[in-house]
Amino acid sequence: MSGITVIDVTKRFNGFTALNDVSVAIPEGSLTALLGPSGSGKSTLLRVIAGLEQPETGQVLLGDEDVTSRPARARGVGMVFQHYAAFKHMTVWDNVAFGLTIRKRPRAEIKRRVHELIELVQLEGLAKRYPSQLSGGQRQRMALARALAVEPQVLLLDEPFGALDARVRKELRAWLRRLHDEVHVTTIIVTHDQEEAMEVAGQVVLLSEGRVEQVGSPRELYESPANEFVMSFVGPVNRLGQTFVRPHDLDLTLEPGAGSAEAMVERVVHLGFEVRVELVRDDGQHLLVQLSKEQAEQLELERGQIVYVRPSRETVFTP
Amino acid sequence: MARYVLRFGALAYLALLLLVPVGLVFYRAFEHGFGHAWDAVSSHQAVHALELTLLIAAIAVPANTIFGIVLALALVRTRFPGRGLVNAVVDLPLALSPVVVGLALFLLYGRGGWLGGLAGHGIKILFALPGMVLATMFVSLPFVVREVVPVLREIGTDQEQAAETLGASPLQVFRRITFPAIRWAVAYGVVLTTARAIGEFGAVSVVSGRIEGKTETLPLYVQSRFEGFDTPGAYAASVVLALIAIATVVGLRAFHPREETG
Repeated sequence: MSGITVIDVTKRFNGFTALNDVSVAIPEGSLTALLGPSGSGKSTLLRVIAGLEQPETGQVLLGDEDVTSRPARARGVGMVFQHYAAFKHMTVWDNVAFGLTIRKRPRAEIKRRVHELIELVQLEGLAKRYPSQLSGGQRQRMALARALAVEPQVLLLDEPFGALDARVRKELRAWLRRLHDEVHVTTIIVTHDQEEAMEVAGQVVLLSEGRVEQVGSPRELYESPANEFVMSFVGPVNRLGQTFVRPHDLDLTLEPGAGSAEAMVERVVHLGFEVRVELVRDDGQHLLVQLSKEQAEQLELERGQIVYVRPSRETVFTP
Repeated sequence: MARYVLRFGALAYLALLLLVPVGLVFYRAFEHGFGHAWDAVSSHQAVHALELTLLIAAIAVPANTIFGIVLALALVRTRFPGRGLVNAVVDLPLALSPVVVGLALFLLYGRGGWLGGLAGHGIKILFALPGMVLATMFVSLPFVVREVVPVLREIGTDQEQAAETLGASPLQVFRRITFPAIRWAVAYGVVLTTARAIGEFGAVSVVSGRIEGKTETLPLYVQSRFEGFDTPGAYAASVVLALIAIATVVGLRAFHPREETG
């Protein structure tokens, strides 16, 4: 196992710059999310680390070793793809055993290891099935077992839950988190879903247009965003002139007070514990406010009602 | 109602155009008894023609299969200048009349042709097996490529890349991942190539010189019998060709629906 260091990597595709002088350090044993909108270069960065793309400039280090010119098959990475990349003509067992079979490991060792892994990803009893007979979630767990079979130095997951439905996605996230606690292999997960990144990863690298915007823990990104892009990407935000306010940092009162502004309730959305209130000010500006169920019940909000808003905490970015 | 009209129309069309003529060949071949037909196809010349036909197919089909797979991989998995042109040229044998193919080879290898000098060095292309193999390869070239290309596109590169990250060399990736994924397409292409190779008449006719008992394939034999007013011989040999064709069609049916699902 080892950490990953990316130094000054630039990658272009037919004139389009997918990665622009990117440097990132991924600590050994961590679970790091590469987060960003589509086209931000997060998948390209993962593929450069895997050796599936060759960068124009820059270096990739696994541990202390420079692997930039090493082909993917010799890097010791385990990779999981968004659309599973299951070997369709092989059973679950043969899929998981693939890397070990290629390495011509003794039969007894393969048997023991594959057995362990199938148990680890909870696919017992499905070993003789073909991928087409599995659900999406099962296929992705199989792909994960297959990647782990070769005891990779690093585990690279490219939008691994992107093709799954919301419920399975949530289950697998929690499961991946627990799995990482168990196997501790340095892991990178690519995602465009900020909630997924915040929930799963210990460190988040936020990318935009081929550049790193910020690196930090989920909490740091949320509470001390480096710029406007980070702030609005990691959570909902209201923009008031030059200042930015999170929806839960807006206080609502029924009476006017110091520093408060008048607004009209446009819509009230009940989401269980959380209640979202959409307001419109008389200058036409829309505001989103998040309240707890209790707060909302006390205020007895109704559509068309006049309320007063005051930010309790706001952020200003100096350009 | 419209459905029945459609079905009847389709069946009648097929029957008139295909089944009746082929059926008639069978009928005429066995008109004077099975023994007659057997005598006609077991003559020295007929057996030689059949052997030659199979020999040509045995060389042309494997060559076009290997070439077809390599070309399909090159077209789908790599980018090179002139790829569009190559892609178009592959279809040329389908569009070009086989006689023209034969003439082209004739011009290239014949006396005064660019490669006509080979004959002076004891390498005989025209009126001999090499020329006939070349002509057959030319006309049966597109089938494996055309079957394999869409399947390669469909399976994408994910599986191959996954195998690569798991430590597989390019050869191992092909043997364990790519080939198993395209094997039914290859099989289908081989069947079509074989059918075309065995039935080829026009191109082979031009380059073979049609020397009886030497460079006469089975389709050429049928033609020469027919022209020599030995119609029973022509019919009997036709039946052999038709039986090979039927076996091919059965082969197609056996291969095609057995794709793995998912």
